[in-house]
Amino acid sequence: MGEALLKVEKLFCERDDRILFDGLSFEVHAGEVLQIEGQNGSGKTTLLRILSGLSRNFDGEIYWRGESLAGVMHDYRASLLYFGHQPGVKATLTPEENLNWYAALHPDIDAAGIGEALERVGLAGYEDVPCHNLSAGQHRRVSLARLYLSRAPLWILDEPFTAIDKKGVAEKEQLILSHAARGGAAILTTHHELTMTGLRRINLDHRAGTS
Amino acid sequence: MSEMATNKPAAALERRPGTFRAALKRDLLLAFRNRRDLVNPLVFFLMVATLFPLGVSPEPAFLAELAPGLVWVAALLATLLSMDSLFRADFEDGTLEQALLSPQPLMLVVLARVTAHWVMTGLPLTLMAPLLGLMLFLPAEGMPGLMLSLLLGTPTLSLIGAIGAALTVGLRKGGMLISLLVLPLYIPVLIFGSGAVQAAVTGLPLAGYLALLGAMLALGLVLAPLAIAAALRISVSG
Repeated sequence: MGEALLKVEKLFCERDDRILFDGLSFEVHAGEVLQIEGQNGSGKTTLLRILSGLSRNFDGEIYWRGESLAGVMHDYRASLLYFGHQPGVKATLTPEENLNWYAALHPDIDAAGIGEALERVGLAGYEDVPCHNLSAGQHRRVSLARLYLSRAPLWILDEPFTAIDKKGVAEKEQLILSHAARGGAAILTTHHELTMTGLRRINLDHRAGTS
Repeated sequence: MSEMATNKPAAALERRPGTFRAALKRDLLLAFRNRRDLVNPLVFFLMVATLFPLGVSPEPAFLAELAPGLVWVAALLATLLSMDSLFRADFEDGTLEQALLSPQPLMLVVLARVTAHWVMTGLPLTLMAPLLGLMLFLPAEGMPGLMLSLLLGTPTLSLIGAIGAALTVGLRKGGMLISLLVLPLYIPVLIFGSGAVQAAVTGLPLAGYLALLGAMLALGLVLAPLAIAAALRISVSG
């Protein structure tokens, strides 16, 4: 199966005196799509924030391509696309301005592709409309357009399909699959029923004791 | 895989100079589109100068004596007033997370943010200061000292304030805490700032005060972005 992109060993996280997970170990290989399952409050978002390097509120070890995450943080950030709980879209900026800013923060993104990416998420014609005039779903689509731009091998997606219509979800599923086929990997949480094949699942419920 | 992973560090180095400019452009654009928020500090600044003579004494000689300190205190409080919102909106809509996850140095992004903040508060305050000086009967000889000291001092105030804003961005109500954290560090700037204006009024040389203000600004420019970046990582990690 090749080398593990991301390897997690004996992860422990406690929040508000409640153990979310303890001794959580898994690997994510190139070409894999991993779905984190669990009820509300089981720690899905917390886990994704830890994996993205945003939260350091944990015990255990995370390895990126075999090296401890703390030592290769710069490389890791360059290889990561994170879609957070908040989509990271400025309401007063237009979709194009939002993505331009994102492209400036991620040097591997070619800003020339922004127009096409917006077209592919169904926002053609909305390039110059401030995001607060867009619907909730369109607002999130601005952020999802990053999936078409990014060349990062690891995608961490926290509820990427919220407020997205059925057709949009199907397209994004295809996109995630083709990303995996190109040798990327994705870790995601969602409450949508995913139809994609080859999905691996980790359930946090019995670890958190929420079930 | 190989296609995705290659050339990444090289590409990162190549485009680095653009980060600061892009971040600054975005922050100024945001500030410009939300310009109503920016009027607040300026109105506060003007109100102090308008109300003070009414409340204390309209006597020109008395006001002229107080003017250097008064304008500086008003500028300092106006800056402090605008500090709480510096990173709050970015924190709430998730763009701060995205900035933290960027492979580009966070210091540059942070420095752009503070620069934009200064352009929208410190700079207008400096430009408005002569008007306030006039309203408070500050002698004309004091004006260059007032402008120069504010020009050098207000960026320092923005930089220091941003450290407080970064430390408290994760808290629901950080406004009061920012003042407590930041005010002790504001005091030297205030002392030398108003000292410079006093010196200018009495005809003493300004250079010493301005050199000290400049030194504080240089120190702030080098160290504050580091502190702000570290503070943001801690705040968001919580």
